[in-house]
Amino acid sequence: MRTAFIKQLCALADQDERIWLLCGDLGYNVLDVFADRFPARYLNAGVAEQNMTGMAAGLALTGKTVFTYSIANFPVMRCLEQIRNDVCYHNLNVKIVAVGGGLAYGSHGYTHHGVEDLAVMSAMPNLTIAAPADPIEARAITSILAHHPGPAYLRLGKAGEPVLHAEDTKVELGKAIQITDGSDLTVISIGGMLGTVLKAGEELRRRGIHPRILSMPFLVPLDTTAILDAAEQTGAILTVEEHGPGGLGTAVAETLAVRGRAAAFRPLRLAKAPIKVSGSQQELRAAQGLSIEGVVQAAELLCRSPRPVVIC
Amino acid sequence: MQPKVDDLKGIAQKLRARSVLMVHKSGASHLGSCLSIADIVACLYWNTLRIDPAHPDWPERDRFILSKGHAASMVYAALAERGFFPVDELETYCKSGSRLTGHITSGVPGVELSSGSLGHGLPVGCGIALAAKRESLPFRTVVLCSDGELDEGSNWEAVIFAPQHKLDNLLLIVDYNKIQSYGRVKEVLDLDPLADKFRAFRWAVREVDGHNMQKLVETFAAVPFEPGKPNVVIANTIKGKGVSFMEDQLAWHYKTPNAEQVEAAMRELGVKL
Repeated sequence: MRTAFIKQLCALADQDERIWLLCGDLGYNVLDVFADRFPARYLNAGVAEQNMTGMAAGLALTGKTVFTYSIANFPVMRCLEQIRNDVCYHNLNVKIVAVGGGLAYGSHGYTHHGVEDLAVMSAMPNLTIAAPADPIEARAITSILAHHPGPAYLRLGKAGEPVLHAEDTKVELGKAIQITDGSDLTVISIGGMLGTVLKAGEELRRRGIHPRILSMPFLVPLDTTAILDAAEQTGAILTVEEHGPGGLGTAVAETLAVRGRAAAFRPLRLAKAPIKVSGSQQELRAAQGLSIEGVVQAAELLCRSPRPVVIC
Repeated sequence: MQPKVDDLKGIAQKLRARSVLMVHKSGASHLGSCLSIADIVACLYWNTLRIDPAHPDWPERDRFILSKGHAASMVYAALAERGFFPVDELETYCKSGSRLTGHITSGVPGVELSSGSLGHGLPVGCGIALAAKRESLPFRTVVLCSDGELDEGSNWEAVIFAPQHKLDNLLLIVDYNKIQSYGRVKEVLDLDPLADKFRAFRWAVREVDGHNMQKLVETFAAVPFEPGKPNVVIANTIKGKGVSFMEDQLAWHYKTPNAEQVEAAMRELGVKL
Protein backbone atom coordinates (compact mmCIF):
# COMPACT_ATOMS: atom_id res chain seq x y z
CA MET A 1 0.00 0.00 0.00
CA ARG A 2 2.86 2.36 0.82
CA THR A 3 4.39 1.59 -2.58
CA ALA A 4 1.14 2.49 -4.34
CA PHE A 5 1.07 5.70 -2.30
CA ILE A 6 4.59 6.86 -3.09
CA LYS A 7 4.33 5.91 -6.74
CA GLN A 8 1.17 7.95 -7.08
CA LEU A 9 2.62 10.85 -5.10
CA CYS A 10 5.57 10.96 -7.51
CA ALA A 11 3.17 11.02 -10.46
CA LEU A 12 1.24 13.86 -8.83
CA ALA A 13 4.39 15.79 -7.93
CA ASP A 14 5.47 15.54 -11.53
CA GLN A 15 2.36 17.47 -12.51
CA ASP A 16 2.08 19.79 -9.53
CA GLU A 17 5.07 21.72 -8.26
CA ARG A 18 3.31 22.63 -5.05
CA ILE A 19 3.57 19.07 -3.70
CA TRP A 20 6.17 18.56 -0.97
CA LEU A 21 6.96 15.50 1.15
CA LEU A 22 8.32 15.67 4.70
CA CYS A 23 9.24 12.59 6.72
CA GLY A 24 10.09 12.06 10.34
CA ASP A 25 13.30 10.12 9.69
CA LEU A 26 11.36 7.06 8.51
CA GLY A 27 10.64 5.70 5.06
CA TYR A 28 13.78 3.71 4.27
CA ASN A 29 13.54 2.18 0.79
CA VAL A 30 10.09 3.70 0.35
CA LEU A 31 10.51 7.46 -0.01
CA ASP A 32 13.81 7.36 -1.88
CA VAL A 33 12.06 7.52 -5.25
CA PHE A 34 10.47 10.84 -4.31
CA ALA A 35 13.64 12.19 -2.67
CA ASP A 36 15.70 11.34 -5.77
CA ARG A 37 13.26 12.86 -8.24
CA PHE A 38 12.22 15.94 -6.27
CA PRO A 39 15.06 16.80 -3.88
CA ALA A 40 13.97 20.44 -3.60
CA ARG A 41 10.54 19.36 -2.40
CA TYR A 42 11.61 16.56 -0.08
CA LEU A 43 12.80 16.87 3.48
CA ASN A 44 13.78 14.50 6.25
CA ALA A 45 12.73 16.63 9.21
CA GLY A 46 14.44 14.35 11.69
CA VAL A 47 12.92 12.60 14.67
CA ALA A 48 10.95 15.73 15.49
CA GLU A 49 7.29 15.35 14.61
CA GLN A 50 6.13 18.56 16.26
CA ASN A 51 8.54 20.62 14.20
CA MET A 52 7.76 18.57 11.09
CA THR A 53 4.04 19.27 11.40
CA GLY A 54 4.50 22.94 12.32
CA MET A 55 6.81 23.32 9.33
CA ALA A 56 4.29 21.60 7.10
CA ALA A 57 1.81 24.28 8.18
CA GLY A 58 4.39 26.98 7.44
CA LEU A 59 5.07 25.55 3.98
CA ALA A 60 1.34 25.29 3.33
CA LEU A 61 0.96 28.95 4.32
CA THR A 62 3.25 29.75 1.39
CA GLY A 63 1.02 27.80 -0.99
CA LYS A 64 2.46 24.28 -0.87
CA THR A 65 0.56 21.00 -0.61
CA VAL A 66 2.55 19.17 2.02
CA PHE A 67 2.50 15.45 2.82
CA THR A 68 3.99 14.43 6.16
CA TYR A 69 4.96 10.78 6.56
CA SER A 70 5.88 8.58 9.47
CA ILE A 71 4.91 5.38 11.26
CA ALA A 72 1.57 4.70 12.97
CA ASN A 73 1.11 7.12 15.89
CA PHE A 74 4.20 9.25 15.39
CA PRO A 75 2.82 11.73 12.84
CA VAL A 76 -0.54 11.78 14.66
CA MET A 77 -0.30 11.83 18.43
CA ARG A 78 3.17 13.20 19.08
CA CYS A 79 2.18 16.34 17.22
CA LEU A 80 -1.56 16.38 17.79
CA GLU A 81 -1.68 19.98 18.91
CA GLN A 82 0.23 21.08 15.81
CA ILE A 83 -2.35 19.16 13.78
CA ARG A 84 -5.22 20.82 15.66
CA ASN A 85 -3.96 24.40 15.89
CA ASP A 86 -1.50 24.90 13.06
CA VAL A 87 -2.97 22.62 10.40
CA CYS A 88 -6.70 22.06 10.98
CA TYR A 89 -7.64 25.40 12.54
CA HIS A 90 -5.97 27.20 9.63
CA ASN A 91 -7.52 24.71 7.17
CA LEU A 92 -4.19 24.21 5.44
CA ASN A 93 -3.16 21.83 2.68
CA VAL A 94 -1.30 19.41 4.90
CA LYS A 95 -1.86 15.69 4.33
CA ILE A 96 -0.74 13.54 7.25
CA VAL A 97 0.26 10.04 6.22
CA ALA A 98 0.67 7.24 8.76
CA VAL A 99 2.14 4.03 7.44
CA GLY A 100 1.45 0.83 9.33
CA GLY A 101 -1.96 1.82 10.68
CA GLY A 102 -3.70 -0.70 12.90
CA LEU A 103 -1.56 -3.67 13.92
CA ALA A 104 0.78 -3.71 10.93
CA TYR A 105 3.69 -3.36 13.35
CA GLY A 106 2.17 -6.03 15.55
CA SER A 107 5.28 -7.62 17.00
CA HIS A 108 6.86 -4.21 17.71
CA GLY A 109 4.56 -3.72 20.67
CA TYR A 110 1.85 -1.32 21.78
CA THR A 111 3.83 1.89 21.08
CA HIS A 112 3.68 0.96 17.40
CA HIS A 113 0.00 -0.05 17.30
CA GLY A 114 -2.00 2.64 15.53
CA VAL A 115 -5.32 1.69 17.00
CA GLU A 116 -6.75 4.95 18.32
CA ASP A 117 -5.81 7.21 15.40
CA LEU A 118 -9.20 7.28 13.71
CA ALA A 119 -10.93 8.24 16.96
CA VAL A 120 -8.43 10.95 17.76
CA MET A 121 -8.39 12.38 14.25
CA SER A 122 -12.20 12.27 13.99
CA ALA A 123 -12.35 15.03 16.57
CA MET A 124 -10.26 17.44 14.50
CA PRO A 125 -11.98 20.21 12.54
CA ASN A 126 -11.78 20.43 8.73
CA LEU A 127 -9.94 17.11 8.49
CA THR A 128 -10.69 14.55 5.78
CA ILE A 129 -9.93 11.03 7.03
CA ALA A 130 -9.18 8.08 4.77
CA ALA A 131 -8.03 4.51 5.32
CA PRO A 132 -7.71 2.60 2.06
CA ALA A 133 -8.28 -1.14 1.89
CA ASP A 134 -5.85 -2.04 -0.86
CA PRO A 135 -3.33 -0.53 -3.29
CA ILE A 136 -6.07 0.46 -5.73
CA GLU A 137 -7.85 2.52 -3.08
CA ALA A 138 -4.53 3.89 -1.79
CA ARG A 139 -3.54 5.12 -5.23
CA ALA A 140 -6.89 6.76 -5.93
CA ILE A 141 -7.15 8.34 -2.48
CA THR A 142 -3.65 9.81 -2.71
CA SER A 143 -4.83 11.69 -5.80
CA ILE A 144 -8.12 12.70 -4.22
CA LEU A 145 -6.41 14.12 -1.14
CA ALA A 146 -3.77 15.95 -3.17
CA HIS A 147 -6.47 17.69 -5.15
CA HIS A 148 -8.97 18.24 -2.34
CA PRO A 149 -8.26 21.53 -0.53
CA GLY A 150 -7.68 21.40 3.21
CA PRO A 151 -6.07 19.04 5.68
CA ALA A 152 -6.32 15.27 5.48
CA TYR A 153 -5.26 12.14 7.29
CA LEU A 154 -4.29 9.06 5.30
CA ARG A 155 -3.94 5.82 7.22
CA LEU A 156 -2.02 3.33 5.16
CA GLY A 157 -1.22 -0.31 5.74
CA LYS A 158 2.35 -1.36 5.32
CA ALA A 159 3.51 -3.41 2.35
CA GLY A 160 2.39 -6.40 0.39
CA GLU A 161 -1.36 -5.99 0.84
CA PRO A 162 -3.21 -7.84 -1.93
CA VAL A 163 -5.11 -6.00 -4.63
CA LEU A 164 -8.80 -6.51 -3.86
CA HIS A 165 -10.50 -4.20 -6.32
CA ALA A 166 -10.62 -4.24 -10.08
CA GLU A 167 -8.19 -1.82 -11.68
CA ASP A 168 -11.00 0.45 -12.88
CA THR A 169 -12.87 0.62 -9.55
CA LYS A 170 -14.38 4.07 -9.01
CA VAL A 171 -13.14 5.67 -5.78
CA GLU A 172 -14.82 8.94 -4.80
CA LEU A 173 -14.40 11.29 -1.86
CA GLY A 174 -16.82 10.33 0.89
CA LYS A 175 -18.32 7.38 -0.96
CA ALA A 176 -18.49 3.75 0.04
CA ILE A 177 -17.57 1.11 -2.53
CA GLN A 178 -20.04 -1.75 -2.78
CA ILE A 179 -18.33 -5.02 -3.61
CA THR A 180 -21.15 -7.50 -3.29
CA ASP A 181 -24.86 -7.05 -2.75
CA GLY A 182 -26.97 -9.11 -0.41
CA SER A 183 -30.10 -8.83 1.63
CA ASP A 184 -29.33 -10.55 4.95
CA LEU A 185 -26.94 -8.01 6.44
CA THR A 186 -24.37 -5.40 5.46
CA VAL A 187 -20.72 -5.77 6.41
CA ILE A 188 -18.88 -2.44 6.29
CA SER A 189 -15.13 -2.38 6.66
CA ILE A 190 -12.58 0.40 6.72
CA GLY A 191 -8.92 0.01 5.79
CA GLY A 192 -7.07 -3.26 5.62
CA MET A 193 -9.79 -5.54 6.98
CA LEU A 194 -11.52 -5.74 3.61
CA GLY A 195 -9.61 -8.83 2.45
CA THR A 196 -10.71 -10.73 5.52
CA VAL A 197 -14.28 -9.50 5.09
CA LEU A 198 -14.40 -10.61 1.44
CA LYS A 199 -13.26 -14.13 2.37
CA ALA A 200 -15.75 -14.21 5.24
CA GLY A 201 -18.40 -13.16 2.71
CA GLU A 202 -17.63 -16.21 0.57
CA GLU A 203 -17.98 -18.48 3.60
CA LEU A 204 -21.23 -16.81 4.64
CA ARG A 205 -22.70 -17.34 1.20
CA ARG A 206 -21.72 -21.02 1.41
CA ARG A 207 -23.70 -21.11 4.65
CA GLY A 208 -26.70 -19.47 3.02
CA ILE A 209 -26.23 -15.95 4.34
CA HIS A 210 -25.98 -13.23 1.73
CA PRO A 211 -24.14 -10.13 2.90
CA ARG A 212 -23.85 -6.78 1.21
CA ILE A 213 -20.20 -5.83 1.53
CA LEU A 214 -19.08 -2.22 1.56
CA SER A 215 -15.59 -0.84 1.74
CA MET A 216 -15.73 2.53 3.50
CA PRO A 217 -12.41 4.19 2.72
CA PHE A 218 -13.46 7.60 4.08
CA LEU A 219 -14.36 7.98 7.73
CA VAL A 220 -14.73 11.72 7.08
CA PRO A 221 -16.74 12.61 5.08
CA LEU A 222 -18.75 9.52 5.91
CA ASP A 223 -21.11 7.99 3.35
CA THR A 224 -24.21 8.22 5.52
CA THR A 225 -26.46 7.42 2.57
CA ALA A 226 -24.83 4.02 2.15
CA ILE A 227 -25.23 3.38 5.89
CA LEU A 228 -28.89 4.36 5.98
CA ASP A 229 -29.62 2.35 2.83
CA ALA A 230 -27.89 -0.64 4.43
CA ALA A 231 -30.05 -0.31 7.55
CA GLU A 232 -33.22 -0.01 5.56
CA GLN A 233 -32.51 -2.63 2.92
CA THR A 234 -30.67 -5.31 4.91
CA GLY A 235 -31.80 -4.61 8.50
CA ALA A 236 -28.43 -5.49 10.06
CA ILE A 237 -24.98 -3.87 9.99
CA LEU A 238 -21.66 -5.36 11.04
CA THR A 239 -18.73 -2.95 11.04
CA VAL A 240 -15.21 -4.35 10.88
CA GLU A 241 -12.11 -2.31 11.64
CA GLU A 242 -8.57 -2.73 12.90
CA HIS A 243 -9.11 -0.04 15.47
CA GLY A 244 -10.57 0.41 18.94
CA PRO A 245 -13.72 2.30 19.94
CA GLY A 246 -14.27 5.67 18.33
CA GLY A 247 -13.75 4.69 14.70
CA LEU A 248 -16.08 3.33 12.03
CA GLY A 249 -18.37 1.45 14.43
CA THR A 250 -18.93 4.55 16.51
CA ALA A 251 -19.58 6.70 13.45
CA VAL A 252 -22.05 4.19 11.98
CA ALA A 253 -23.90 3.83 15.30
CA GLU A 254 -24.15 7.58 15.65
CA THR A 255 -25.43 7.92 12.10
CA LEU A 256 -28.19 5.39 12.79
CA ALA A 257 -29.09 6.94 16.13
CA VAL A 258 -29.17 10.51 14.91
CA ARG A 259 -31.31 9.58 11.90
CA GLY A 260 -33.57 7.46 14.07
CA ARG A 261 -33.05 4.34 11.98
CA ALA A 262 -33.20 0.96 13.65
CA ALA A 263 -30.97 -1.92 12.60
CA ALA A 264 -29.37 -4.88 14.28
CA PHE A 265 -25.83 -3.66 14.80
CA ARG A 266 -22.46 -4.90 15.97
CA PRO A 267 -19.07 -3.21 15.80
CA LEU A 268 -16.34 -5.82 15.38
CA ARG A 269 -13.22 -4.02 16.53
CA LEU A 270 -10.34 -4.07 18.97
CA ALA A 271 -10.83 -3.68 22.68
CA LYS A 272 -9.63 -0.47 24.26
CA ALA A 273 -7.12 -2.34 26.42
CA PRO A 274 -3.55 -2.25 25.08
CA ILE A 275 -2.22 -5.44 23.52
CA LYS A 276 0.72 -6.44 25.68
CA VAL A 277 1.94 -9.48 23.82
CA SER A 278 3.95 -9.87 20.66
CA GLY A 279 2.37 -11.32 17.56
CA SER A 280 1.99 -10.95 13.83
CA GLN A 281 -0.72 -8.66 12.47
CA GLN A 282 -2.84 -11.69 11.59
CA GLU A 283 -2.39 -13.27 15.02
CA LEU A 284 -3.19 -10.12 16.96
CA ARG A 285 -6.22 -9.43 14.78
CA ALA A 286 -7.49 -12.99 15.16
CA ALA A 287 -7.12 -12.89 18.95
CA GLN A 288 -9.89 -10.28 18.95
CA GLY A 289 -12.14 -11.82 16.34
CA LEU A 290 -10.76 -9.88 13.41
CA SER A 291 -10.38 -13.02 11.29
CA ILE A 292 -12.41 -14.78 8.62
CA GLU A 293 -13.95 -17.03 11.25
CA GLY A 294 -14.50 -14.09 13.59
CA VAL A 295 -16.34 -12.09 10.95
CA VAL A 296 -18.40 -15.15 9.96
CA GLN A 297 -19.39 -15.80 13.56
CA ALA A 298 -20.26 -12.17 14.23
CA ALA A 299 -22.32 -12.03 11.03
CA GLU A 300 -24.20 -15.24 11.86
CA LEU A 301 -24.92 -14.03 15.36
CA LEU A 302 -26.15 -10.73 14.04
CA CYS A 303 -28.42 -12.45 11.51
CA ARG A 304 -29.91 -14.60 14.29
CA SER A 305 -30.51 -11.65 16.58
CA PRO A 306 -34.02 -10.25 16.59
CA ARG A 307 -34.47 -7.52 13.99
CA PRO A 308 -35.71 -4.22 15.35
CA VAL A 309 -39.36 -3.48 14.80
CA VAL A 310 -39.60 -0.50 12.52
CA ILE A 311 -42.62 1.64 13.32
CA CYS A 312 -43.53 3.85 10.43
CA MET B 1 9.36 57.94 4.92
CA GLN B 2 10.25 55.81 7.91
CA PRO B 3 9.71 57.30 11.37
CA LYS B 4 12.76 58.44 13.32
CA VAL B 5 13.82 56.69 16.50
CA ASP B 6 12.08 59.28 18.69
CA ASP B 7 8.89 58.80 16.72
CA LEU B 8 9.17 55.03 17.16
CA LYS B 9 9.43 55.56 20.91
CA GLY B 10 6.26 57.62 20.79
CA ILE B 11 4.52 54.93 18.77
CA ALA B 12 5.54 52.30 21.33
CA GLN B 13 4.05 54.43 24.13
CA LYS B 14 0.83 54.81 22.15
CA LEU B 15 0.65 51.04 21.61
CA ARG B 16 1.14 50.54 25.34
CA ALA B 17 -1.74 52.91 26.04
CA ARG B 18 -3.97 51.12 23.55
CA SER B 19 -3.13 47.78 25.12
CA VAL B 20 -3.86 49.07 28.63
CA LEU B 21 -7.25 50.35 27.50
CA MET B 22 -8.13 47.20 25.58
CA VAL B 23 -7.35 44.98 28.55
CA HIS B 24 -9.20 47.33 30.92
CA LYS B 25 -12.35 47.52 28.81
CA SER B 26 -12.51 43.79 28.15
CA GLY B 27 -11.56 42.60 31.62
CA ALA B 28 -8.79 40.60 29.96
CA SER B 29 -5.23 39.90 31.12
CA HIS B 30 -1.62 39.40 29.98
CA LEU B 31 -0.92 43.13 30.12
CA GLY B 32 2.62 42.70 31.50
CA SER B 33 3.47 40.45 28.54
CA CYS B 34 2.13 43.04 26.10
CA LEU B 35 3.99 45.98 27.61
CA SER B 36 7.31 44.18 27.50
CA ILE B 37 7.16 43.81 23.70
CA ALA B 38 5.83 47.28 22.84
CA ASP B 39 9.18 48.65 21.68
CA ILE B 40 9.96 45.51 19.67
CA VAL B 41 6.55 45.56 18.00
CA ALA B 42 6.79 49.28 17.19
CA CYS B 43 10.24 48.76 15.70
CA LEU B 44 9.09 45.80 13.62
CA TYR B 45 5.87 47.30 12.25
CA TRP B 46 7.15 50.84 11.64
CA ASN B 47 10.75 50.12 10.69
CA THR B 48 11.87 46.55 10.08
CA LEU B 49 9.12 44.63 8.36
CA ARG B 50 8.41 45.03 4.65
CA ILE B 51 4.62 45.01 4.69
CA ASP B 52 1.76 46.72 2.92
CA PRO B 53 -1.35 47.28 5.05
CA ALA B 54 -3.40 47.79 1.89
CA HIS B 55 -2.33 44.34 0.66
CA PRO B 56 -1.99 42.08 3.69
CA ASP B 57 -1.55 39.04 1.40
CA TRP B 58 1.20 40.57 -0.74
CA PRO B 59 3.28 37.46 -1.54
CA GLU B 60 6.63 39.14 -0.95
CA ARG B 61 5.76 40.61 2.43
CA ASP B 62 7.89 39.79 5.45
CA ARG B 63 6.08 37.31 7.69
CA PHE B 64 5.69 38.12 11.38
CA ILE B 65 4.49 35.44 13.75
CA LEU B 66 3.58 36.27 17.32
CA SER B 67 4.28 32.96 19.01
CA LYS B 68 3.42 34.31 22.47
CA GLY B 69 -0.19 34.62 21.34
CA HIS B 70 -1.36 35.90 24.71
CA ALA B 71 0.22 39.27 23.88
CA ALA B 72 -2.41 39.70 21.16
CA SER B 73 -3.67 43.11 22.25
CA MET B 74 -0.27 44.68 21.53
CA VAL B 75 -0.13 43.28 17.99
CA TYR B 76 -3.78 44.06 17.26
CA ALA B 77 -3.08 47.64 18.38
CA ALA B 78 -0.06 47.80 16.05
CA LEU B 79 -1.97 46.35 13.12
CA ALA B 80 -4.82 48.81 13.62
CA GLU B 81 -2.50 51.81 14.03
CA ARG B 82 -0.60 50.65 10.95
CA GLY B 83 -3.84 50.60 8.96
CA PHE B 84 -4.60 46.90 8.55
CA PHE B 85 -8.05 47.46 10.04
CA PRO B 86 -9.87 50.38 11.68
CA VAL B 87 -8.58 51.52 15.06
CA ASP B 88 -12.20 51.65 16.30
CA GLU B 89 -12.34 47.88 16.07
CA LEU B 90 -9.88 47.61 18.96
CA GLU B 91 -12.86 48.51 21.18
CA THR B 92 -14.27 45.05 20.44
CA TYR B 93 -11.21 43.18 21.77
CA CYS B 94 -12.36 40.08 23.67
CA LYS B 95 -15.99 41.18 23.44
CA SER B 96 -18.80 38.87 22.40
CA GLY B 97 -18.69 38.11 18.67
CA SER B 98 -15.45 40.00 18.01
CA ARG B 99 -12.80 38.53 15.75
CA LEU B 100 -10.19 40.03 18.07
CA THR B 101 -9.88 37.07 20.43
CA GLY B 102 -7.68 37.11 23.52
CA HIS B 103 -5.03 35.00 21.85
CA ILE B 104 -4.01 36.12 18.41
CA THR B 105 -6.12 34.66 15.64
CA SER B 106 -5.72 34.50 11.89
CA GLY B 107 -8.49 36.00 9.83
CA VAL B 108 -7.64 39.36 11.36
CA PRO B 109 -5.92 41.30 8.55
CA GLY B 110 -2.16 41.15 9.03
CA VAL B 111 -2.15 38.15 11.36
CA GLU B 112 -0.17 35.32 9.78
CA LEU B 113 -0.80 32.59 12.36
CA SER B 114 -3.14 31.90 15.24
CA SER B 115 -1.26 31.08 18.39
CA GLY B 116 -1.93 30.77 22.08
CA SER B 117 -0.59 27.39 22.94
CA LEU B 118 3.13 27.98 23.23
CA GLY B 119 5.93 26.56 21.12
CA HIS B 120 4.10 26.69 17.78
CA GLY B 121 5.46 29.83 16.12
CA LEU B 122 9.05 28.81 15.50
CA PRO B 123 8.32 25.49 13.74
CA VAL B 124 5.78 27.21 11.49
CA GLY B 125 8.28 30.02 10.91
CA CYS B 126 10.88 27.40 9.91
CA GLY B 127 8.49 26.04 7.29
CA ILE B 128 7.86 29.49 5.81
CA ALA B 129 11.57 30.32 5.86
CA LEU B 130 12.44 26.96 4.28
CA ALA B 131 10.06 27.60 1.37
CA ALA B 132 11.61 31.04 0.88
CA LYS B 133 15.14 29.68 1.11
CA ARG B 134 14.64 26.84 -1.34
CA GLU B 135 12.84 29.02 -3.85
CA SER B 136 14.98 32.14 -3.36
CA LEU B 137 11.97 34.21 -2.34
CA PRO B 138 12.91 37.65 -1.04
CA PHE B 139 10.94 37.86 2.20
CA ARG B 140 12.10 37.26 5.76
CA THR B 141 10.30 35.47 8.57
CA VAL B 142 10.28 36.92 12.06
CA VAL B 143 9.04 34.99 15.10
CA LEU B 144 8.57 36.62 18.49
CA CYS B 145 8.48 34.22 21.41
CA SER B 146 8.49 34.51 25.18
CA ASP B 147 11.13 33.22 27.54
CA GLY B 148 8.79 30.83 29.35
CA GLU B 149 7.87 29.48 25.94
CA LEU B 150 11.39 28.17 25.53
CA ASP B 151 10.45 25.43 28.01
CA GLU B 152 8.56 23.82 25.13
CA GLY B 153 10.41 20.98 23.42
CA SER B 154 8.90 21.85 20.04
CA ASN B 155 10.98 25.04 20.02
CA TRP B 156 14.17 23.08 20.47
CA GLU B 157 13.24 20.77 17.61
CA ALA B 158 13.06 23.90 15.48
CA VAL B 159 16.23 25.34 17.01
CA ILE B 160 18.11 22.24 15.83
CA PHE B 161 16.43 22.35 12.44
CA ALA B 162 17.01 25.96 11.37
CA PRO B 163 20.84 25.92 11.22
CA GLN B 164 20.84 22.51 9.52
CA HIS B 165 19.01 24.16 6.63
CA LYS B 166 20.89 27.47 6.84
CA LEU B 167 17.78 29.54 7.46
CA ASP B 168 19.50 32.92 7.64
CA ASN B 169 16.23 34.45 6.44
CA LEU B 170 14.67 33.56 9.81
CA LEU B 171 14.79 35.87 12.82
CA LEU B 172 13.73 34.70 16.25
CA ILE B 173 13.23 37.39 18.88
CA VAL B 174 13.09 36.22 22.48
CA ASP B 175 11.20 38.54 24.81
CA TYR B 176 13.42 37.79 27.79
CA ASN B 177 11.50 39.51 30.57
CA LYS B 178 12.55 36.86 33.09
CA ILE B 179 9.03 36.15 34.36
CA GLN B 180 6.93 33.28 33.08
CA SER B 181 3.33 32.55 33.90
CA TYR B 182 3.74 31.13 37.39
CA GLY B 183 7.14 32.28 38.57
CA ARG B 184 10.50 33.75 37.70
CA VAL B 185 12.28 31.99 34.85
CA LYS B 186 15.30 31.47 37.06
CA GLU B 187 13.18 29.61 39.60
CA VAL B 188 11.00 27.59 37.22
CA LEU B 189 13.38 26.45 34.45
CA ASP B 190 16.46 28.62 34.26
CA LEU B 191 17.36 29.40 30.64
CA ASP B 192 20.80 30.82 31.35
CA PRO B 193 23.19 30.85 29.62
CA LEU B 194 20.62 31.47 26.89
CA ALA B 195 22.91 33.11 24.32
CA ASP B 196 25.41 30.28 24.71
CA LYS B 197 22.66 27.74 24.20
CA PHE B 198 21.75 29.29 20.84
CA ARG B 199 25.42 29.63 19.88
CA ALA B 200 25.95 25.97 20.66
CA PHE B 201 23.05 25.18 18.31
CA ARG B 202 24.83 27.20 15.56
CA TRP B 203 22.63 30.31 15.59
CA ALA B 204 23.94 33.85 15.11
CA VAL B 205 23.09 35.56 18.37
CA ARG B 206 22.68 39.18 19.38
CA GLU B 207 21.71 40.36 22.84
CA VAL B 208 20.03 43.72 23.09
CA ASP B 209 18.17 45.96 25.51
CA GLY B 210 14.63 45.33 24.29
CA HIS B 211 13.59 48.84 25.28
CA ASN B 212 16.42 50.69 23.52
CA MET B 213 14.79 51.70 20.24
CA GLN B 214 18.02 52.80 18.57
CA LYS B 215 19.60 49.42 19.32
CA LEU B 216 16.53 47.52 18.18
CA VAL B 217 16.47 49.37 14.85
CA GLU B 218 20.17 48.71 14.28
CA THR B 219 20.05 45.10 15.37
CA PHE B 220 17.03 44.10 13.29
CA ALA B 221 18.51 45.93 10.29
CA ALA B 222 21.70 43.85 10.57
CA VAL B 223 19.90 40.56 9.79
CA PRO B 224 21.33 38.24 8.56
CA PHE B 225 24.04 38.51 11.18
CA GLU B 226 26.12 35.75 9.59
CA PRO B 227 25.41 34.16 6.20
CA GLY B 228 24.02 30.65 6.52
CA LYS B 229 23.00 30.95 10.16
CA PRO B 230 19.53 31.58 11.59
CA ASN B 231 19.30 34.75 13.65
CA VAL B 232 18.20 35.14 17.23
CA VAL B 233 17.88 38.40 19.13
CA ILE B 234 17.65 37.92 22.85
CA ALA B 235 15.85 41.06 23.89
CA ASN B 236 16.31 41.79 27.57
CA THR B 237 13.02 43.31 28.58
CA ILE B 238 10.98 44.19 31.64
CA LYS B 239 7.57 42.67 32.07
CA GLY B 240 5.04 45.50 32.37
CA LYS B 241 7.56 48.04 31.02
CA GLY B 242 6.32 51.62 30.95
CA VAL B 243 3.91 51.52 33.86
CA SER B 244 5.91 51.61 37.08
CA PHE B 245 3.50 49.67 39.28
CA MET B 246 3.21 46.91 36.68
CA GLU B 247 6.93 46.52 36.03
CA ASP B 248 8.59 43.22 36.89
CA GLN B 249 5.43 41.95 38.58
CA LEU B 250 4.12 38.44 37.98
CA ALA B 251 0.65 39.60 39.04
CA TRP B 252 0.27 41.72 35.87
CA HIS B 253 0.32 38.57 33.81
CA TYR B 254 -3.20 38.15 35.13
CA LYS B 255 -4.63 41.39 36.52
CA THR B 256 -6.98 43.75 34.77
CA PRO B 257 -6.33 47.42 35.56
CA ASN B 258 -9.22 49.34 37.13
CA ALA B 259 -10.17 52.89 36.11
CA GLU B 260 -7.78 54.51 38.57
CA GLN B 261 -4.91 52.34 37.48
CA VAL B 262 -5.67 53.13 33.84
CA GLU B 263 -5.54 56.84 34.62
CA ALA B 264 -2.22 56.46 36.42
CA ALA B 265 -0.86 54.35 33.56
CA MET B 266 -1.87 56.94 30.97
CA ARG B 267 -0.18 59.67 32.99
CA GLU B 268 3.05 57.68 33.12
CA LEU B 269 2.92 56.80 29.46
CA GLY B 270 2.27 60.42 28.57
CA VAL B 271 -0.37 59.40 26.06
CA LYS B 272 -3.85 60.73 25.58
CA LEU B 273 -6.09 58.61 23.38
